[in-house]
Amino acid sequence: MKILVCISHVPDTTSKINFTDGDTKFDTNGVQFVINPNDEFGLTRAMWFKEKQGATVDVVNVGGAETEPTLRKALAIGADAAIRVDNTPTDGYQVAKELAKVVQDGNYDLIIAGRESIDYNGGMVPGMLAQLIKANFVNNCIGLEVEGDTATAIREIDGGKETLKAKLPLVIGGQKGIVEESDLKIPNMRGIMQARKKPLNVVQPSESDITTKVVKFEKPEPKGAVKLVDPENLDELIDLLHNEAKVI
Amino acid sequence: MSVLTYIESEEGKFKKASYELASYAQEVADMLGTSVTAITFNANDTSELGKYGVDKVLKVSSEKLSKFNAEAYADAIKQAAEKEGSKVLVISQSANGKYLAPLLAVQLKAGYAPNVVALPESTEPFTVKRAAFTNKAFNFTEITTEVKIIGLSKNSFGLKEHPSTATEEDFTPQLSDEDFSVNVESVDKAKDKVTIADAEIVVSGGRGLKGPENWGMIEEMADILGAATACSKPVSDMGWRPHSEHVGQTGKPVASNLYIAIGISGAIQHLAGINAAKTKVVINNDPEAPFFKAADYGVVGDAFEVVPRLNEKLREFKEKNA
Ligand SMILES: Cc1cc2nc3c(=O)[nH]c(=O)nc-3n(C[C@H](O)[C@H](O)[C@H](O)COP(=O)(O)OP(=O)(O)OC[C@H]3O[C@@H](n4cnc5c(N)ncnc54)[C@H](O)[C@@H]3O)c2cc1C
Repeated sequence: MKILVCISHVPDTTSKINFTDGDTKFDTNGVQFVINPNDEFGLTRAMWFKEKQGATVDVVNVGGAETEPTLRKALAIGADAAIRVDNTPTDGYQVAKELAKVVQDGNYDLIIAGRESIDYNGGMVPGMLAQLIKANFVNNCIGLEVEGDTATAIREIDGGKETLKAKLPLVIGGQKGIVEESDLKIPNMRGIMQARKKPLNVVQPSESDITTKVVKFEKPEPKGAVKLVDPENLDELIDLLHNEAKVI
Repeated sequence: MSVLTYIESEEGKFKKASYELASYAQEVADMLGTSVTAITFNANDTSELGKYGVDKVLKVSSEKLSKFNAEAYADAIKQAAEKEGSKVLVISQSANGKYLAPLLAVQLKAGYAPNVVALPESTEPFTVKRAAFTNKAFNFTEITTEVKIIGLSKNSFGLKEHPSTATEEDFTPQLSDEDFSVNVESVDKAKDKVTIADAEIVVSGGRGLKGPENWGMIEEMADILGAATACSKPVSDMGWRPHSEHVGQTGKPVASNLYIAIGISGAIQHLAGINAAKTKVVINNDPEAPFFKAADYGVVGDAFEVVPRLNEKLREFKEKNA
């Protein structure tokens, strides 16, 4: 089985979000970038398929040269090879189109992406990719097994979960649950040394059309101070929730 | 060229969120000088949709579509959009809506803007305001394609009544075997439990509660308030509560009217998931807990003393105001 894991390069979860150039650009100053958490769960699941079922695992990112350390980290975790499509995408459709080309050129059976990246929260790339390459698709994936050419996936739905069956090729949008947090792999020294020798292929982008563009950013209004209520006077809290906030 | 909205139903019935979607679609249609068509799957009584401005309901009734199936639903909605000449589609951001929208975007060659929180800023160019960075910021996105898909964030618009008479029309999409290549084998859904996605109120507990055996008071509060229960990430990681209750950047987003956080410190990744909640209450014994900076109301105190007393008072309040 040939697996491709899509890796989004995103600001670390503790990042303060700021903008520059008249609020038109994300300010990368002082921001540390990491593998998108949803993708990290998927990557770990892919490692399981590699160890238990002899799958090969490639990772891909559509982005500029600055994303290479993130791809190297994925290699250090155990991926066999990395691909970077040299493009700085401005919308999810563009990313999906570039990925579609990589999948077609590489003949992958299983494509693991994250349910969404934690920067733009688009949640559109995996579904669009699946549709572009006419593969099956399962979103919000919290469990995945593959036997022969058939996958069994568990999907989180509002208020529960469902079990689905589909033939490969399959694209999934994965999230926490597809592996446990405690099973996430951390690169060790050996992995880091090996990663240096593994191939990281840079491929040229294709002509792609844009369907949306971000014109500007805005930060939420600053919040007023908290109203503290004496623990001995909880009636006041109920009164505030009922009469002031009008939520109970 | 009406605005098309996909209205979800469960066991034939609509949820409140459906009427929010209809209300929004009506106002977008107003901006564009057109009408609203809703598409429903196996819904029973659709008349209520008229109250929120829907002019026409395309009713799909099909045993084959009794379970949600993203590919088949997308194909049906695509055919409805083509039939109606719809240039704007409005879709919810439920688990199913998010599954479906990207498929439709490719099929209809449409630009898709998810997490939209307000009416379009302008329709020419077509610009919408979206939440990004897990609600730590917004971005204004221009959709440049002829057909546009808006994913509306829950609770961001509210209900607006706009009485009209919704005419009903049976609609039978042409579906192929390929539409059913992903098969739902089984569905496992908690019955009679409010979900985080639908809840008006969410009561959430963190590591401060010390162990799963102490969740009784959280469930009691949720029960009194008709709320959903939730938790911080370490709580679900330790298996005290199910993963589906984990709220935050890597968990579920909350957009409820009220979020009550008990024994949760308010780490940035947790707060990212609850920014969209309207009113936030914190109960924590550490006055320095960062959550107090994000909250509207706070009680500095021991959860094991405060919560049982608060539950008692809430119960009295509910009885009086029933
Ligand atoms: C990549 C990444 C992603 C993450 N994503 C998420 C996410 O999505 N959601 C999330 O929640 N976290 C997330 N985290 C974890 C986050 O950083 C925090 O560790 C977590 O939110 C802390 O949970 P907590 O507040 O329950 O626990 P703690 O930080 O241990 O806080 C417990 C709180 O309870 C209070 N307390 C203790 N005893 C009592 C008492 N008797 N009465 C009242 N209060 C009491 C304490 O004062 C403290 O404030 C993420 C972390 C990383 C690295």
